[in-house]
Amino acid sequence: MEILKNIESIRKDFPILNTKVNGNQLIYFDNAATSQTPNCVIKSISDYYKSLNSNIHRGVHKLSQLATDKYEESRKKFKEHFNASSTTEIIFTPGTTHSINLISNGFIKFLKKDDEIIVSQLEHHSNIVPWQMLCEKTGAIMKVIPMNEKGELNLSKFSSLLNSKTKIVFVNHVSNALGTVNPIEIIIEKSHQAGAAVLIDGAQAAPHFEIDVKKLDVDFYVCSAHKLCGPTGVGILYGKKEWLEKLPPYQGGGEMIDQVSFEKSTYADLPNKFEAGTPNISGVIASGIALDYINKLGLENIKKYEDYLLDHATSKLKEIEGVKIYGEAKIKTSVISFNIKNIHPYDVGSVIDNLGIAVRTGHHCAQPIMDYFDIPGTIRISFSFYNTIDEINILIEALKKASKMLS
Amino acid sequence: MNINNIQNEIVEEFDIFDTWMDKYEYLIELGKSVPKISEENKKEENIIKGCQSKVWLHAEKEDGLVKFYADSDAIITKGIISLLIRTFSNQNPADIINANTDFIDKIGLRQHLSANRANGLNNMIKKIKYYAIAFSKLS
Repeated sequence: MEILKNIESIRKDFPILNTKVNGNQLIYFDNAATSQTPNCVIKSISDYYKSLNSNIHRGVHKLSQLATDKYEESRKKFKEHFNASSTTEIIFTPGTTHSINLISNGFIKFLKKDDEIIVSQLEHHSNIVPWQMLCEKTGAIMKVIPMNEKGELNLSKFSSLLNSKTKIVFVNHVSNALGTVNPIEIIIEKSHQAGAAVLIDGAQAAPHFEIDVKKLDVDFYVCSAHKLCGPTGVGILYGKKEWLEKLPPYQGGGEMIDQVSFEKSTYADLPNKFEAGTPNISGVIASGIALDYINKLGLENIKKYEDYLLDHATSKLKEIEGVKIYGEAKIKTSVISFNIKNIHPYDVGSVIDNLGIAVRTGHHCAQPIMDYFDIPGTIRISFSFYNTIDEINILIEALKKASKMLS
Repeated sequence: MNINNIQNEIVEEFDIFDTWMDKYEYLIELGKSVPKISEENKKEENIIKGCQSKVWLHAEKEDGLVKFYADSDAIITKGIISLLIRTFSNQNPADIINANTDFIDKIGLRQHLSANRANGLNNMIKKIKYYAIAFSKLS
C-alpha cells in the first residue's frame, strides 16, 4: 500500500498535524468538513502575495500577465482532472454552496408553475434550501427520493418520480452525513431519458475518487477546493457548455461583461460570464497546487488507504458496547456516523475534544437524515489519507472512556 | 447565601480539580442532580435556542424569590445548567438582574466550550435575567 509505506513523510507535509490540544497531540477526524493543507499549498499562497499579486485578465503589465497565466493554468488542471471537454466548462466560484445557488438561480429562467424538480433525502442543506427558494419563486414542486435504513437511495421510487414535468434532478455523489456513495450513473441516465438535467454535488466525492464528467455525462458537477487540501473560498463548478451558455449570469460586475452602456450590456463568453469581479486569485492558484499534490499521491492509492482505515475503524467501533452506526451502505467513503447508547453526541464530542480528538457532532446540515433515524444528531468521524491506524486506536480508547464517564 | 458567595464557592470547587477531564466528570455528576422541569413545562417556548443540545428552562416566583427548573438532553449541558441554577435559583429578582457572571470565566468553562455551546450558555444566562426582569416588574 503506497500511502501506508510513505505515511510518515506524508504527515510531515501537514504542519497542523503537530498541533497540541489541551496538551494532547491533535487527532483530526473532521476531514469531511474540511481537509488540512499541505506545505506546498501554504507556500503557494504565500509566494503569490510575495511575488505575483496583481489583478488578472486586465493589466498590460508583467505581473498581471503572470498571475493570469497561473490562474488559467489552474483551470486547465481542473479541466484535465475532471475530463471536461474544454476549460470554458470550468467555473471558479467561492464554494459548492455558491455554485449550487448559481445554478438554481439560473434555472428560474427554465421553470414554470407545476414543473417538478427532484432531490434526495440524503442531501446537505446547501443542496435543499436553494432549490426550495427556487420553488417559491417559480411555483415548481420538489419531490424527494427516499432512502432506506442503510442510507441507500430507493432507485425504483426515483424512477416513479420521474416524468415529463421533471426539469432538474440534484443529488449528492456522496452523503456528507453517512458517507453513502450514490449510484449517480443510473440517476443521470434515467433523468436524461426523462429529459431532465442533473446536478451532482461532489463536495464529498472529489477528495476520494476519480471523477470523469464526460463518462458520467453529467450536466453540472460541483465541489470545493478546501476539501481537496486546497484553501477555503474556492469552488469548482463544471457545467456542460450548452447549459452554461443557456444559463443567465448570476452576478453582474467587472470581468463578466462584453460591452456596457446605460442602455444595455452584453455578457462575456464562458467562463468569464460567471466570474464577475476580482476572483480569489491566490486561492484558485493554490487549489491547482493542491490538486497536483493529491494526484501525485494518486486517488486510487488514497482510496485504498482510506478504505483500510474505514474497515479498521468500523470493526473497532462495533466492539464498543452500545455503538450504533448510521449508514451502512455497501459502497461508502471513509465517513462513519454513530452514537453510543443513548448518550448525546455533543457530550461525547466534548469529552474527546478535551483529549485532542476533533470530530463533528450534530445533524451535519442534513436534518432530513436525522429525522429519518429519529435522533438529534450523530458523532461523525471522517478520515483522510494522512490519518493513521494508531490515531484510530487512540480514538477508540477515548470513546470507551467517554462512554464510561457519560453513562 | 448570596449570589457572590455561591459563585466563589463554585470557583473554589473547580480549583480542586487539576485536569479538565476531572472537571468534566464533576460537571457530569452535577448534571444528574438538576431540579427537574415538569413535563408540561418542557414545551417549545421554554427551549433555549443556540445550543446543539436541547435546553428547557422554566421559572416560577415563590415568596419573592425566583426558582428555576431546567433540563437538557445532553448531560454536560445539564451540569452547566446546574451551576447556573445553584447560583440564581432562590434569589430575589433584583439580585439576579444585577449579578455578574464572571465565575464562568474564572473556572475556565467558557474557554473549554465550543463556540456553539458558549453561545448556548450566553443564551441561558440571558433567559435567566429576562425571567428576573419579568418577575421584578410583576411584584
